Amino acid sequence: MEYVNTVGLRLDGRRPNEIRQLRAEMSTLASADGSATFEMGNTKVLAAVYGPREASNRAQTDTSKATVRCEYSMAAFSSGERRRRGKSDRRATETSLAIANTLEQNILTELLPRTQIDIYVQVLQADGGMRCAAINAAFLALADAGVPMRDSVAACAAGYLDGTALLDLNYTEDGGGGPEVAVALQTGLHQVLMLQTDSKLSMEVFEEVVELASNGCRAVAEFLRTTLLAHVGRLSLATSIAKSEA
Amino acid sequence: MLQSKTFVKKTKRGKILKVVREHYLREDIYSGSPLDPECDPASFKLSPDAQRYIVLDTNVALHQMDFLEHAAVTDVVVPAIVLEEVRARNQSVFQRLKALTASDFKRFYVFANENHKDTYVKQDPGESPNDRNDRAIRRAAEWYSQRLPGKPILLLTDDAGNRTKAIEAGVEAMSCAAYARLREDVPELSDLVSAGLATQAEQREVGGGAGPKKKRRVFEDHKPLSEVTAGIKAGRYHQGTLRVSRFNPWEGYIACQSVEQEILLSGRGALNRAMDGDVVAVELLPEEQWRGPSAHLPTQAELDAADASEGEEEVLGEDGGAHIAQVDPGEHYPGVAGAAGGDDTSAARQPTGRVVGIIKRSWRTRGYCGSLQPPRVPGASHGPGTASVLVCPVERRYPFVRITTRQAATLSDKRIVVAIDAWDTDSLYPTGHYVRTLGAIGDKETETEVLLLENDINTAPFTPAVHACVPPLPWALGEAEAADPARADLRHLPVCSVDPPGCKDIDDALHVRRLAGGNLELGVHIADVTHFLKPDTAMDEEAGRRATTVYLVQRRIDMLPKPLTEDICSLRSGVDRLAFSAIWEVTPDAQILSTRFTKSIIRSREALTYAEAQARIDDERLTDDVSCNLREMNRLAKILRARRSERGALSLASPEVKFEIDTETHDPLDVGMYQLRDTNQMVEEMMLLANCSVAEATLGAFPACSLLRRHPTPAPRQFEPLLRAAAAAGFAIDASSSKTLAASLDGAVRASDPYFNKLVRIMATRCMTQAVYFNSGELSVPEYHHYGLAAPLYTHFTSPIRRYADVVVHRVLMAALGLAPLPGSMRDRPRVADTVDNLNVRHKNAQLAGRASVELHTLIFFRGRTVVADARVTRVRANGLLVFVPKYGIEGPVHLDDADRAGKEGVSSSAPAAVDSAPGAVPRFVYDEEKQTVSREDGGVAYTIFDTCAVTISVEETAGNRRVLALRLTDRAQLPDGERMG
Repeated sequence: MEYVNTVGLRLDGRRPNEIRQLRAEMSTLASADGSATFEMGNTKVLAAVYGPREASNRAQTDTSKATVRCEYSMAAFSSGERRRRGKSDRRATETSLAIANTLEQNILTELLPRTQIDIYVQVLQADGGMRCAAINAAFLALADAGVPMRDSVAACAAGYLDGTALLDLNYTEDGGGGPEVAVALQTGLHQVLMLQTDSKLSMEVFEEVVELASNGCRAVAEFLRTTLLAHVGRLSLATSIAKSEA
Repeated sequence: MLQSKTFVKKTKRGKILKVVREHYLREDIYSGSPLDPECDPASFKLSPDAQRYIVLDTNVALHQMDFLEHAAVTDVVVPAIVLEEVRARNQSVFQRLKALTASDFKRFYVFANENHKDTYVKQDPGESPNDRNDRAIRRAAEWYSQRLPGKPILLLTDDAGNRTKAIEAGVEAMSCAAYARLREDVPELSDLVSAGLATQAEQREVGGGAGPKKKRRVFEDHKPLSEVTAGIKAGRYHQGTLRVSRFNPWEGYIACQSVEQEILLSGRGALNRAMDGDVVAVELLPEEQWRGPSAHLPTQAELDAADASEGEEEVLGEDGGAHIAQVDPGEHYPGVAGAAGGDDTSAARQPTGRVVGIIKRSWRTRGYCGSLQPPRVPGASHGPGTASVLVCPVERRYPFVRITTRQAATLSDKRIVVAIDAWDTDSLYPTGHYVRTLGAIGDKETETEVLLLENDINTAPFTPAVHACVPPLPWALGEAEAADPARADLRHLPVCSVDPPGCKDIDDALHVRRLAGGNLELGVHIADVTHFLKPDTAMDEEAGRRATTVYLVQRRIDMLPKPLTEDICSLRSGVDRLAFSAIWEVTPDAQILSTRFTKSIIRSREALTYAEAQARIDDERLTDDVSCNLREMNRLAKILRARRSERGALSLASPEVKFEIDTETHDPLDVGMYQLRDTNQMVEEMMLLANCSVAEATLGAFPACSLLRRHPTPAPRQFEPLLRAAAAAGFAIDASSSKTLAASLDGAVRASDPYFNKLVRIMATRCMTQAVYFNSGELSVPEYHHYGLAAPLYTHFTSPIRRYADVVVHRVLMAALGLAPLPGSMRDRPRVADTVDNLNVRHKNAQLAGRASVELHTLIFFRGRTVVADARVTRVRANGLLVFVPKYGIEGPVHLDDADRAGKEGVSSSAPAAVDSAPGAVPRFVYDEEKQTVSREDGGVAYTIFDTCAVTISVEETAGNRRVLALRLTDRAQLPDGERMG
């Protein structure tokens, strides 16, 4: 398999440093406090946020700050082959923890003691890079729910195949056997919130890949920013209409 | 712009899946021509001055590679879809096409038509993928003609339908043959056009008397692949890789797991167009039709008769001249690979089959060397114009190849390279096309080129990228290396090297010194090649591909660039050099107490030849450091050697010869046996010790990824020829283990005949299997065994300048010592397997090339000379003998009928055409297999194995411009006294 062809294009026609087409929509669920769908190419993720609300389990209530919980799952129809992937799935549990951990660092939890924030993430369509898409979707949903946050968060992965660092691997590239590094950044504060990889890679390659992934994060952040602005624009318009009617 | 590709695929478990992939269309894809104002200058590739731009179709890329590689074919647009299709269909063609696109002179521009927003075409409902791709290629050509209105665009395709449609769409289209005719400036282009099916059809249209006539069917059709795979599954057919006899293109064997013995395929019909290396499906014949390989030496008359019955005007496979003795393990003379014996003995029969289908062709893309078959009528020459001629390949295992050429007259005395394109059922021979000319037949340089090409040895100069990896000369020990704490400074040790005369790539040096406690310190210092050869550099990749330095009689083809091999790495005397040292502490009786390995700096005191070293050991008066050390080392080596023999290590013999070469003409002046001295054995012993120690050390650290070398125990039946021959001579040989074999070989001595023992050992060598490299993770521990050395573990560590295996071992040992991380590629199992396979193949090829070079020089030596030499009978057949000439290392067949007649006529300068004897005059000989004796019916002459006899040796030219050594039996009285042995 040749992942980067002679003219420097990848299997789907992107160049190594290009991300897939991004799409996002906010407030997609009426019943949740905040929700969003986020698409990276053919990967589509739905996030719903409930809270901040009173902690359901009194024993686990943190009196100093809010508890952030996340439940990540993949819809049975999300990959081509229909497979039952419950939330007890080990991979899903691990991803859930990673998402909760990443976003918790960005939420001003100290402002919301004794509460809990539940983030539900469901993968509707899987085509690689689900973990990063989930973080991006959850960030939008949190913003939609009005949860106070320090900065904007953006996540993107990069891999290394055929001696080239590739940004935002899709499912086929993911199966290529190369290393993949997922990075989540606070783009304003230049802080790394998450950096995960399952494979060994040499220092030089690692630095190259992380650099590329961080650039990807910045591009994603830019997109998230425009999405948020458009959403806020719509909201303010709606509010002003409501006010004028009142 | 985004397009989505949707297709349906079946998973391994048989589920049907719908797969959706994104497909991005771009605007930043350019035409690659400076004539296009919108083109990005970075992607300029095509020349603005080209007469026309050619757009390539897939079928042309797949079948006309030789044509495309011609220097006159330039400025070609390769649509990405073509590259994609070629990659899926044929990897080797894909690599060649990629090399073309990388070349600056050929100007092949890859146009990413599939990702260009204007040239992407969507598959129409009901349109086959093939049609869709053809349409995409036409669309690309169209786009080019719109984009560059001033430049003619030519779609090159051999598909007539595609051409018609292109012309309808307003794009000029042509076939390769038509284009070649158009290019009158380069007439040889036509010859390069592959005679594929499409072209043949066209040639018929064009006319010209040379078009193939309607022929009757010669071969049966191959079964369709689906039927073949079903048959293999059901056990009706057997799959295997075909190995064709080195002496006859119509006899081959396949080994397959489903049948215990090898399956014999004998005759044109049974082989059914399969060639050496093809993966074939074979159907077994009913048992009553099984046969054994022939006990006769094939004679000209028989072969002629066989040919005549097939009605083709061609002389084939003359009775094989003499060859340089093939002491290659596992290789035997014609048709004696199996149990051997007569045609009639049922024991000798073996499973016999016929080919029903070819699963994978292995036609060489680099082509086959050969020469034109001269016209049947003597004196007639190839006329001008297009002619269809047969090319006789140099290697006898390949059939003749029919090519069409316009240059028949100029090619008749040349060695040429041809590629095979197809083999139809109505053709006795495969059809191919001319690729290039190597030079005049018989010329030393040309013939050397031939043997290098036949053994796939890369003689191209190193690329600039490789040279860039070499440190600049003059190289001297740097500060960093001297200060490296991991590098021991051993410059004070009395190190010296012992090598053959004229050796410039000195891999190894030795030292020994007395320690305080009375023990000795023994050191083997190996050139530290890996210090300069870093993994994953251009030089490393090139060295890995070459795998070994190839030594020919007059020439050396290096694995590494010259500055490294001859200077920077070479452990020359009097200069500081980097080394990788193995150092042992041994007791005075050579018991090893401790072993350590270290990177080091050494300064060799002296670079000696074997002869010089021997002289210094023998001269008792010399008491300098080096001489005393050599003496000490020699003593230790002898103990080690004795201990090794005790364990059952074999001491085998091979008839190595040495040429004296004229320094001016580089022609051989004399041939003689290579003299082995004590010092050869001393160095060998030290190297064995180092190799064994390193094998242990690397395996201890990396049990799953060490590169080792094993020598499998030969199967008992492989010893049969040796046992039979020895039994006939009255010796019993016990081959049940290497130890008993070594003992029996030692016992096989005839007091009156000193050479007898060596002859037996040479025969034993032939029964051996080939030693091979392997990855320790792939086999179980008992399989690591090295039979010949009777060592449980063995590897190659001592020649990193000339063997890539040693480089790999150096790296693993470095990792084991914690000096460097293990290269990632060593942990990647499939990649290691590829490396190991390549090492084994290249190693074998280098050996074959070296031997072919010796053979070539022997021929040159005997050109115009007729020599009478002493010879020994090594095998007895019903109508002839195989004899071995120790002095020249030649083995070849002699026919008894020839000898008989020669005896009557008086010998010495027998006519070259002596082969076409009338069959009626053949005297009858009786063959006794048990005693390995053949005698004339009237009891006049008898020959037994190991007998001495005398032969005249001369060069003979045979069909197909092969020159062979002809051997003829002679009266021993003619032998000059000096030549007589024993």
